[in-house]
Amino acid sequence: MTYRRRPSALHATRAAVACAWLAALAGLALAFEHPAILLAVLLSVVAAGCAAGVGRELGRAAMLAAPLALLIALINPIVSREGITVIARGGEVPVLGPLDITLEAMTYGGVLGLRVLVIVLCAALYAAAVDPDDVLRLFRRVGFRSALTATLATRMVPVLTRDSRRLAEAQRCRAPGGSVRPASRVALVRAVTAGALDRAVDVAATLEVRGYGTVRRAAPLGRPWSRHDLAFAASAVALAALGLGALVGGLGRFDAYPELVAPLGPAQLALGGAIVAAALLPFADRRGIAR
Amino acid sequence: MSVLRVEHLTYRYPGIAWPALTDVSVSVEEGEFVVLAGESGSGKSTLLRAGSGLVPHFHGGEISGHVEVAGLDTRDHGPGDLSAAAGTLFQDPETQVVMGTVRAELAFPLENRGFRSAAVARGVEEAALALGIAHLLDRPTHELSGGELQRVALGAALAGRPRVVLLDEPTSQLDPVAGDELVGLLRRLNEEWGTAIVLADHRLERCLAAADRVIALIGGEVACDAPPRDFLEWAATNAPALQTPGARMFARAGLRPPPSGVKEARATLRAHDLLPEPTTTPGAEPASGPGGGRPAAGAQPRALHVKHVWQELIKGRTVLRDITLTLERGERVALMGRNGAGKSTLLRCAAGLLDPTRGRIESAGRVALLLQNPGDYLVHERVRDELAPEALAAAGLDSVADRHPRDLSGGESQRLALAIVLAGDEPPAAICLDEPTRGMDRARKGELAGHLREAASSGAAVLVSTHDAEFAAATADRVVLLGDGAVLADGPAPEILSGGWYFTTETARILGGAGAALLPEEGADLLRGRLHVGVAP
Repeated sequence: MTYRRRPSALHATRAAVACAWLAALAGLALAFEHPAILLAVLLSVVAAGCAAGVGRELGRAAMLAAPLALLIALINPIVSREGITVIARGGEVPVLGPLDITLEAMTYGGVLGLRVLVIVLCAALYAAAVDPDDVLRLFRRVGFRSALTATLATRMVPVLTRDSRRLAEAQRCRAPGGSVRPASRVALVRAVTAGALDRAVDVAATLEVRGYGTVRRAAPLGRPWSRHDLAFAASAVALAALGLGALVGGLGRFDAYPELVAPLGPAQLALGGAIVAAALLPFADRRGIAR
Repeated sequence: MSVLRVEHLTYRYPGIAWPALTDVSVSVEEGEFVVLAGESGSGKSTLLRAGSGLVPHFHGGEISGHVEVAGLDTRDHGPGDLSAAAGTLFQDPETQVVMGTVRAELAFPLENRGFRSAAVARGVEEAALALGIAHLLDRPTHELSGGELQRVALGAALAGRPRVVLLDEPTSQLDPVAGDELVGLLRRLNEEWGTAIVLADHRLERCLAAADRVIALIGGEVACDAPPRDFLEWAATNAPALQTPGARMFARAGLRPPPSGVKEARATLRAHDLLPEPTTTPGAEPASGPGGGRPAAGAQPRALHVKHVWQELIKGRTVLRDITLTLERGERVALMGRNGAGKSTLLRCAAGLLDPTRGRIESAGRVALLLQNPGDYLVHERVRDELAPEALAAAGLDSVADRHPRDLSGGESQRLALAIVLAGDEPPAAICLDEPTRGMDRARKGELAGHLREAASSGAAVLVSTHDAEFAAATADRVVLLGDGAVLADGPAPEILSGGWYFTTETARILGGAGAALLPEEGADLLRGRLHVGVAP
């Protein structure tokens, strides 16, 4: 998945604010286990992805995360020994002991799976809608060399993939019976590594001549705050405040064991609605979203 | 005032016994356009790297003498310090872009120098406008073509307006259109901004017309430092491999002075009433359209037959559109066209690396394919492990059998890769080569052309994709021009190559396609013929 600038309010927002907004959403998913809140966050992330024009990217991420989420949801009832509402008895299983499937363990498995899905989608939205160069700029003021190294290392992955594909093609082009001995897998890995090192040396030379050797503390960007920066910052603060309020007021209370406690009344529904509204309101303003 | 001053520079790379540069003294003045000429390994790249401070700060090694860039001694100032005064551009566009978007790439060098944000924004805008890449500013760098990437890298080198730009074969991986555009851009920067340019290139015919001076290096020493015309006079006797095709044609026809470009050559011919009338009307279609120009099939089966081949990518574009192409045994065909025209894909389909989505490919036997990077074939620790001893000897590489393949020279590694794809019990019916002349000097191109002629004379069909019209003219008897995945023209080389603007040789450009002369020798014969009928030079 790679970032591409699209005409959306999220893409038009500075990286620091976009990161804070996504962190607020992910924070809600980590802080609460109440399914209504998790569903509200999931709905917010999916709708935000669609509004940002990266719905397809999120869909691909969801396809990858769904099996993991499902696995967690299925494993938890099998390994969990907690919960009092037994809905199926599986008898004695070696090593695991008595296999009693409880409603609480099943529900908690579902909650954990849902949480994984939300976090993966938050990460996918970050990758598709937050400019990595802006993020690099953000972190370079803290640790430029580490940030740049991390960025370049990440970009080397597709380069290495291309190199190994090219090398494999070249090996297919060798005349049958022409070589003294066929290339082993180790030889191929060694050749890809050597090629990557050559390439790394070239990139390092480029960094040198672009003044990387003299890097000093980067000047702050000094970019004026756009309406989208302000809107997403306000949204992030609102999400954080809602989370804090829910924690203090006990609105997001959820206990899986020993007996399921997940109150779902007007307060919880209002909280979920407020989360969705706070997260999505910044997308309503479509002025100045293209660059 | 000198923006680059090199005094008695001698330099040796670490672990290498002989020096790459020996007692080199040159200077480049403010606003000059200097071309560095020389064969591969003559020291051009090393001299440029000395100017950018990479030698010795990045490469290490032993150095004596002095290099000053805009008054900064490179012994005391590394590449980072020098980057404000000297922008650098290398050969491979892919390794010169380190950021995710064009805007970030242009901003990177300015931010590294601690510019304030307003200055960064202004520098980015100015560099983008100067290079005509403002529309690319928000594009991800991984989506750009080679030509666009090279422009962006040049923009990054120019951001902050350095006083001199050092360029190491920046056009070697570009198609003729993108290459000419880049040289035109450099010329404009030189004329309008007064930026000094030092450009190393093997295709001298492309850049001499823009140059004020040429510095020729032979074996790491300065052999000539003179204006283009004087350099060409010198090259005629001292380094014929460095002559441009136009100069070679003039020399063979007994005409003087040697021209530094097409415009100058045509002016000289016109002044002497030697400029022949073009035989083809500009803009007219070549006589042979798609599918034409094929010799009549003999009794033997065709070496390679591509029948209505399509290559349509899933969720992507159509790379090949209904390509039909026949190669007879012993035929040499050049495949030309812009980057992205579908040349490499067609070769991959022909060799069986890709299956066409529609259509069929038939061949009389194995189809060998030499891909763009010969190093991809070399995966063993010693040359002797790559190829059987008799094949190694036949390729003339038995003397390097114990060396590591990565230690071979460019020419040797390409010869080894070619021998690898040609070896085997069954000789190939067709040999396909994908851009084999990238970054090659004229001597190595001549050597390769010889190998291909030999292969064709032994019965194999040769299909070579190239951007180099001079190489195509010297190697192929037929040219197929691809555009947007379709065959635009297919016919005898003289017919196709003499009628165009970009996909044509310098000789044909000078003569306006007259007599379908492509090579300097053919052009000289034509001019001599006109001289003999009584036109006084």
